[in-house]
Amino acid sequence: MKDDISREERVDNLKGMGCSRKRVEDARFTQGKGNYVDDIKLDGMLFGDFVRSPYAHARIKNIDTAAALEVPGVLAVLTAADLEPLGLHWMPTLAGDKQMVLADGKVLFQGQEVAYVVAEDRYATADGIEAVEVEYEELPVIVNPFEALKSDVVLREDLVGEDGSIPDGAHGPRKHPNHIFTWDAGDKGTTEEVIANAEVVASESMYYHRTHPCPLETCGCVASMDKVNGKLTLWGTFQAPHAIRTVVSLISGIEEHNIRVISPDIGGGFGNKVGAYPGYVCSVVASIVTGKPVKWIEDRMDNLMTTAFARDYHMTGKISATKDGKITGLHCHVTADHGGFDACADPTKFPAGFMNICTGSYDIPTAYLEVDGVYTNKAPGGVSYRCSFRVTEAVYFIERMIEVLAIELNMDAAELRRINFIKKEQFPYTAALGWEYDSGDYHTAWDKALKTVDYDGLRAEQAQRVEDFKAGKTRKLMGIGLSFFTEIVGAGPVKNCDILGLGMFDSCEIRIHPTGSAIARLGTISQGQGHATTFAQILASEIGLPADSITIEEGDTDTAPYGLGTYGSRSTPVAGAATAMAGRKIRAKAQMIAAYLLEVHDNDVEFDVDRFVVKGAPEKFKTMKEIAFAAYNQAIPGIEPGLEAVSYYDPPNMTYPFGAYVCVMDIDVDTGVPEIRRFYALDDCGTRINPMIIEGQVHGGLTEALAVALGQEIAYDDMGNVKTGTLMDFFLPTAWEVPNYETDYTVTPSPHHPIGAKGVGESPHVGGVPCFSNAVQDAFRPFGNRHTNMPHDHWRIWRTANELGLHD
Amino acid sequence: MSKKMHIKLNVNGKDEEFLAEPRELLIYTLRERLNITGPHIGCETSHCGACTVTINGKSVKSCTMFVAQADGAEVTTIEGIGGPDDLHPLQEAFKEHHGLQCGYCTPGMITRATKLLEENPNPTEEEIRFGMAGNICRCTGYQNIVKSIQAAAAEMNAAKEAAE
Repeated sequence: MKDDISREERVDNLKGMGCSRKRVEDARFTQGKGNYVDDIKLDGMLFGDFVRSPYAHARIKNIDTAAALEVPGVLAVLTAADLEPLGLHWMPTLAGDKQMVLADGKVLFQGQEVAYVVAEDRYATADGIEAVEVEYEELPVIVNPFEALKSDVVLREDLVGEDGSIPDGAHGPRKHPNHIFTWDAGDKGTTEEVIANAEVVASESMYYHRTHPCPLETCGCVASMDKVNGKLTLWGTFQAPHAIRTVVSLISGIEEHNIRVISPDIGGGFGNKVGAYPGYVCSVVASIVTGKPVKWIEDRMDNLMTTAFARDYHMTGKISATKDGKITGLHCHVTADHGGFDACADPTKFPAGFMNICTGSYDIPTAYLEVDGVYTNKAPGGVSYRCSFRVTEAVYFIERMIEVLAIELNMDAAELRRINFIKKEQFPYTAALGWEYDSGDYHTAWDKALKTVDYDGLRAEQAQRVEDFKAGKTRKLMGIGLSFFTEIVGAGPVKNCDILGLGMFDSCEIRIHPTGSAIARLGTISQGQGHATTFAQILASEIGLPADSITIEEGDTDTAPYGLGTYGSRSTPVAGAATAMAGRKIRAKAQMIAAYLLEVHDNDVEFDVDRFVVKGAPEKFKTMKEIAFAAYNQAIPGIEPGLEAVSYYDPPNMTYPFGAYVCVMDIDVDTGVPEIRRFYALDDCGTRINPMIIEGQVHGGLTEALAVALGQEIAYDDMGNVKTGTLMDFFLPTAWEVPNYETDYTVTPSPHHPIGAKGVGESPHVGGVPCFSNAVQDAFRPFGNRHTNMPHDHWRIWRTANELGLHD
Repeated sequence: MSKKMHIKLNVNGKDEEFLAEPRELLIYTLRERLNITGPHIGCETSHCGACTVTINGKSVKSCTMFVAQADGAEVTTIEGIGGPDDLHPLQEAFKEHHGLQCGYCTPGMITRATKLLEENPNPTEEEIRFGMAGNICRCTGYQNIVKSIQAAAAEMNAAKEAAE
């Protein structure tokens, strides 16, 4: 048989790995035909919503629901007293704590769920909420974790013995009623000794403020209990649908096979949709009670005030070095504000996530990290907002410490980084706090970045600007922000990564159809990352069928194999690996079928793009399409019919993407307005599956980084009132505030991942936040600035200028 | 509950007539009464633009308009802009230039962009960024949205020239 097309054309036809395949998701989204949870409409569906506490800390004296039940359309009002007989008035959190589903005697943060009103439509529900009378007795409010550790006010009476004793928490001993855990890593004694005897030490305290992932679609669900067949179906904005099914089963007692969880299209997640929220529990109960489907959708204020804050880390660091700038030790202490319940979304053994990646990209021989978790009267959450479990905090910490050390040494911060990078030949590299970095080539990336932006030229321009400023020729300063980050993503190896005991493997199941097309299902769920496009590309390259002939399906627990979902940049490192491995199982069987059809030994055929060819005789081949047909329709001795495979992939290690970012910023000292003149982002995510999608992820992640660094925060007043509960106060950048970004890359494949991919979705956020912040701080460095806290909004930048005497 | 009002609307070329409470917001009329779910709810305070529709030739955020205020109006949503057989150049361009990720802002974004290009068929990048500033996207960082709108504008202008 002869081919009528070239090998190159055959490769192109697959649209496999490495090509910028257009997204298959886009047809429905651009036509308004996405199917998000609020688009779901079922016969007789009711609507539920919460009575929420106006107080941050109060006792509940009484809840009167009588008037609400009289409101036309209202069917039920649930309180903790109604949930208690079912054991559902509290629920376990992902962090080993428990959380009230509905206020049980007291409230611990503003906006806390107090009662759940179920009515025929949204308006009747709102009327019902208005009619519920709650009598509160205000209690003293603590919004500062340092005060919490000194206060006599006990926030969680349920966690203190009657004799005042403080029982251990999920992560060991607690030293105060408002203390949650102490977690540490590294060698405390040696680190303290190294720092005490160092030639140079730089110390700094910094607050990484509380913020929120704020996807454009809020959280929500539809619960439908079919009492006839005993099945519960739960549609929702779940980043981890399978884990939600298991959790629902464990807390409700409904057997897992009778629960079907479906994540439909999700309007962005960024960590917000990882956790389990009271709205889900109450909707399920309400559906059981009423026998009808019940929908719950957060409004924006509910979303910002109650589900899934991020960050809120008070970090104190000491970094030591020789006088030539070689770093010798790093010490970090964190006071972590977890709010009223510890609901942080981290692997169980890591109560501070992967904060112990805080030695960054540097060869630091000795380090110690200690984290204290603390309860306050703020909302629970502690999710990874576009990052892998506190990596953003860790990278911000080390990238600020490097800048502060550069000031201490009077050294260029780019050079300081360069002389401390882990060298290419040191990989795999075991860091002082325990992680084994799989691969990296930091010097190449750094040199490429600095050369592309003409770093020396920028520094010269900046020096001239300072002269001009001092001479009164300009009122604008110039800042050069640098960051070099190493991420730790792809959680993770089951030996040390689980959530509530669920191992963090992931999965893929492939079914090849007789005519040579396929469906693959995964344990993950896209929230905009384009899985339907990219996972088909991985498979196309692995099994030789065109990506356009492969359907990717995720998010339905009745059909998809079990997996832990999408967050922490884990989809490509874990489920992507499972996809490749399942593809290889298909290929292995296809090889036997091809050999039979070609009448040669199995080892005499080899895979080539879209076919198996007889070695040394490329004119003799069977295409994967032909093989698929034969698999179903030809009796082959010793081989079962069909062509299917499933792979559950337990990664041997995390992956470690890295990148080099440079931001050039002009700052008007009189208005405090920063203007981003240039942003260069070099990312190394290993093997690149779809460059178009990678670039899109980088643009988006950088924009979320810009938001966090330059203005976005969840702020509280002393009474525990949320000051940033709407998009009027909570900063989401528009097209007007966002610059164009320059993207670039190097490729250092992961040595342990089947296709060498590392994950990219979160890198730009992790590396972007310190880069924007460093740019602001660098502009003021010539005038004595050492560190100022984010967010660098206009007022705070103006205040920095003012404090440095630049308005005098 | 107050007295219901008699409302007439033309939505995407189809006449609709119904009784609604004065407090009913247009976005709920569209999404829940008429099952037009392209426009989305992102903030209910007019900030995000996910609910953007065109009313009598103007871009409007339907989450903060009572349906009573729209009585008698012509309303166009993403569903009225283009479908599988007659995609609007903006719909094509957003796909071609990766102008969307999660897709939640996209219907409002494209609906707004149709008006922007009607009012200004040759916008500069700055004009696009300013004209689209009422629509928030959390995923794309806007760079490819700007590119998509520029490409659609070029495409529409070329088609117009060819027709003349």
